[in-house]
Amino acid sequence: MRLLRGVRSWWVDVVALAVAAVVFLVPFAFIIMTAGKEQAEASALDFTLPADWRLWENLVEVLTARNGIVVTALKNSFILTLVSVALIVFVCSMVAFVQQRRRDKMSTFVSLLMIAGLIIPPAVVPTIFVLQGIGLFKTLFGLILIELAFAIPFAVIVLRAFIGTIPREIDEAAIIDGASPMTLFFKVIFPLIRPAVITVVVVSAVFIYNDFVNPLYFLPGDENATVQLTLFNFQSQFLSRWNLLFMDVLLITIPPLIMFIFFSRKIVSGLAAGAVKG
Amino acid sequence: MHAADGVTEVAPSAGAVTTDRSRRRLIDKMYPHWFYIPAAVVYAVLFIVPTGMAFYFSMTRWTLFDSEFIGFDNYVLFFNRPALVSSMRNTLIYAVVTSGLKVVFGLLLAVLFTSSIRLKTALRSIVFFPVLVSTVAVGITFKVLMHPSDGLINRTIEVLGASGPSWLTDPNIALLSVALVDVWKGVGIALVIFIAGIVSIPEEYFDAVRLDGGAWARFRHVIVPLSRNATFTVIILSLVGGLRSFDLIWTMTGGGPGFTTDVIASAIFKQYQAGFYGLSTAGNVILFIAVSLIIFPLVSYFNRKELDL
Repeated sequence: MRLLRGVRSWWVDVVALAVAAVVFLVPFAFIIMTAGKEQAEASALDFTLPADWRLWENLVEVLTARNGIVVTALKNSFILTLVSVALIVFVCSMVAFVQQRRRDKMSTFVSLLMIAGLIIPPAVVPTIFVLQGIGLFKTLFGLILIELAFAIPFAVIVLRAFIGTIPREIDEAAIIDGASPMTLFFKVIFPLIRPAVITVVVVSAVFIYNDFVNPLYFLPGDENATVQLTLFNFQSQFLSRWNLLFMDVLLITIPPLIMFIFFSRKIVSGLAAGAVKG
Repeated sequence: MHAADGVTEVAPSAGAVTTDRSRRRLIDKMYPHWFYIPAAVVYAVLFIVPTGMAFYFSMTRWTLFDSEFIGFDNYVLFFNRPALVSSMRNTLIYAVVTSGLKVVFGLLLAVLFTSSIRLKTALRSIVFFPVLVSTVAVGITFKVLMHPSDGLINRTIEVLGASGPSWLTDPNIALLSVALVDVWKGVGIALVIFIAGIVSIPEEYFDAVRLDGGAWARFRHVIVPLSRNATFTVIILSLVGGLRSFDLIWTMTGGGPGFTTDVIASAIFKQYQAGFYGLSTAGNVILFIAVSLIIFPLVSYFNRKELDL
């Protein structure tokens, strides 16, 4: 009897796992196979292996389309991601540090602002108005500051939680040794919070790289293209050239895939941490 | 340290007062408020100020260069134009459906992946991966897979002897089709949160049902009630995401057919594109009032019901 029950639930597990695998893997298989096909073959939208793999030819064609806009977009997206993430880490770890160490009214107020920022959606047109006022609308730097502003709540919350696990005795030892606030933070504390910093770096890098809405509003125009906007516009430009469209999908999915392969545990713990506090 | 204030008032021994004061001075010196400044400037200028301005500009006819105060006209318009009214209804439907399905599937997958199956880590990663893929890429892919005649989904259904619906072009189901894709993309986060929740349930509870119950008892009487905190987190997170969602809908349907998949966020974009900045901003204010009215009470309710394991 017991044995029988074991067998039955084992089968339920296997079937459920197989269904999950199919549902989650088939779309990716479809992307790769279509990206490797020749145009006429791809337009049938069949779920079949390409008769003849043309990944390289299609890649070259995507990269050279419209004067190499994909290359420009990749460059812009990388700059956007790198600079924003660097600023996020720098600026947010300073906030998280002071906020965690001080227990005053200001610190509570900062917490409230962070929670509000996680929940309240940004007001689009007034933000454009402000950006225009300070001369940063339609500039890459403007978008960098936008990504920074919107990432602050998540980053501060994750970093603050981690700083809380670092004993104050470490601060006190450094203070007795005569450290200034800057030395205490950058030389002593910052190296200790590396795990949380990596989490923030990875999660916000993926998020900013994949961002579509903010570039759409705050950085329109071809010379400023980012990868997500380019991909979106390719839908109409590569009409019925599905092989090239899916080659672009494949191409821009590679950076997150690399992040995932190296940092999946960090990403998972970061999302869970941010989520629990949110 | 934490009770310092109370202690000095009740027991004003000279030594305690000086150490307390000097300690506070030390704190002021070593953890200076100016560390807040870089973040505060960016956050204030690009988030707080625009949010505040939205309330004023939503009551104007606005060209970005000048604005004319028109009171609540934009809101009146928003609540009277059928397309905009339906965008509010769609936002709610979309948020509730995606959030509900993420709870159900996230929990089921989590149960599946914490049971003893060897492949589970690999599969867990596979289910999680779409979270990291760009929404536009996912939208484009599923738009093709959901094509009424040539799409893989309907061809598979045909092989099984039935005929599939026009997922994205039938006004009655288009919104739900997009919601399903949203669940496919986002269920990985729910899964991770539920796994963390289930893993933290103390073993005794499972032992208690081991004698007289099978898998169903474990699920019904232990996992569901004791992963309540995870359920709350998933609900809040996916409601916030669902109420604000734009990119998937915009990629897959552009709000169509008609206005049947328009949500508040896409209405905001359309009004912005059309140059109705005041009306667009009114949509924004409506969206953050809606989000606040739903999320803040829910958060405080969940906080009261939170479970201490």
